[in-house]
Amino acid sequence: MSEVFDIFLLEAVLNGLLLGGLLALLSLGLNLVFGVIDVVWICYAELIMCGMYAVYYLHVQYHWPLVLAMLAAIGIVAFLGWILHQFVIRPVLSAEPINQLLVTGGVLFFLQAAATLVFGIEFKNLGVSLPSVQIGEMSFSSSRLIAFFVALAGVLALWLFLSKTYLGTAIRAISQDRAVMPLMGVDPARIFRITSAMGGALAGLASCLLVLQYDIHPAIGLSFGPITFLICVLGGLGNMVGGFVAAFIFAQFIAVGGFFFALEWGYVIAFVFFIAVMFWRPRGLLGK
Amino acid sequence: MTGIGNYPLHLAILVLLWGYIYTSWSVMGRLGLVSFGHGAFMGIGAYTVVMLWNHFGLTPWIGALVALVFTTVVAIVIGYPCFRFKIVGHYFALVTLALSEVARLVIVALRDHTGGSLGATPNSALHGETIAIGALQFASKEVWLAIVFVVWLGGLVIWRKVDRSMGRFALQAIAEEEEAAASIGIHVTRAKLRITIISALMTCVGGILYAQYQLYVNPDAVSGIAISLQMVFGVIAGGMFVMLGPTVGAAFTILLAEGLRLGFGNKYPALDTTIYGVMLVLFIIYMPKGILGAALDLFKTRRSVPGT
Repeated sequence: MSEVFDIFLLEAVLNGLLLGGLLALLSLGLNLVFGVIDVVWICYAELIMCGMYAVYYLHVQYHWPLVLAMLAAIGIVAFLGWILHQFVIRPVLSAEPINQLLVTGGVLFFLQAAATLVFGIEFKNLGVSLPSVQIGEMSFSSSRLIAFFVALAGVLALWLFLSKTYLGTAIRAISQDRAVMPLMGVDPARIFRITSAMGGALAGLASCLLVLQYDIHPAIGLSFGPITFLICVLGGLGNMVGGFVAAFIFAQFIAVGGFFFALEWGYVIAFVFFIAVMFWRPRGLLGK
Repeated sequence: MTGIGNYPLHLAILVLLWGYIYTSWSVMGRLGLVSFGHGAFMGIGAYTVVMLWNHFGLTPWIGALVALVFTTVVAIVIGYPCFRFKIVGHYFALVTLALSEVARLVIVALRDHTGGSLGATPNSALHGETIAIGALQFASKEVWLAIVFVVWLGGLVIWRKVDRSMGRFALQAIAEEEEAAASIGIHVTRAKLRITIISALMTCVGGILYAQYQLYVNPDAVSGIAISLQMVFGVIAGGMFVMLGPTVGAAFTILLAEGLRLGFGNKYPALDTTIYGVMLVLFIIYMPKGILGAALDLFKTRRSVPGT
């Protein structure tokens, strides 16, 4: 058996699983916003970058306890999501769909450049190093394990919120029929604002988990932004279950592909797989 | 030597070169095919030529042919299924985004040959001379200005030819309502594929010229999501629906960056892109026709006021 199942391959597969949890969380906020408001936030990863800087500055410069800094970051990014909706998305809601995509692209440029201007291009590190966990001959970073379980908890909490609460029901209803719900006494503008803030909060949560694993720099959004969109599209834009499944598929391609070849080839294989799936199912794996 | 210094010449070359590349994108972009993947075509142009020259000593003239053939193949492989299976709007933008990232990652992953993220420099063939036609290398900026001017003019001619063709009306009909266009006998897939190949080939030429002018290529500068978005937004800033719009967009972005750099020095490294980002958002919300489009509209209404 041990000849067949390479222990390092198993480690790669398990690391892919952990990465999948993180990617699932990344895709969650974007999918929520798209499902309800029908807008793709191209600048989603840049919101996450803002959250990472918030954690860094509150914790390292102002010596807030890490957990408090993270909670504050979630609040800050939720506020950013609300601002993004009120001042950027709302004016173009009735414009052509492609304009909505493009306007958030403008925000991407702005946030990336403003971060360079304010924070500089140096890589910043939180300086928190967590020990790695040994299981047999395999080792896993505990920040990845934490990220995995927090991501799963986040997914579960969102699912409970959407299915058990009145507000969650209203959000799901709006996403299914935008025209009828106002007649049922639901104010779409309010739901849009709440959804945007929640999308922001999910981005904030993702930033808390990413900041434990990666250095912060103004262009970090470009390194996981594209993959987040592709996961959402692969699963079917707006379909949260689809995004969840797609995140784990993508992560396996990256981890196992990276194990057999170089890391970039893992990404190349995942992206080519994505393009191929789009030709087979243009609306995503679980799309309508 | 002429009275123009090297620095204004360099700016003029950059404006025309990027103006040409943005025009290439707008040839399809303005007809409802918003591609986030043109970085791939630019990257193919730049890297194919430089790699064939450095590793096989193949002249860029033949290298350019190889790059154009390669670009056509990629455009068809991505474009045909997209159009055949009606991948439009958001989905088309995001599929092409995957393409530009694949191009960037492949260049980085082949680092043993391409130099990876550090980029690559074409072997110099100048040896003290100013012109090496066989290697497509010129030390003189005047020669480059002439070259990019001719290419830019060619780009405008193609833009105009497309604008006046039946294909343009077909594509506008498709952008409005794909099913209806198909029902009156427009071959949707063929019309879209043709315009995509034209636009991709033009962008590829832009990539080749960029590499030969800068004599340096780097995966982030010629491929990937950043450069693809730069093309899209350059066109939006200038004006997507008028012929000189993309060129105005290029001039605007380059002069904004240079102006701020001259005004403030290097104290604020990303000030230009910060301002640019804010302006893009404002443009898309309040001035979707871009600088030139809005200016022309203003001009037209001024002139028509006395008559009405």
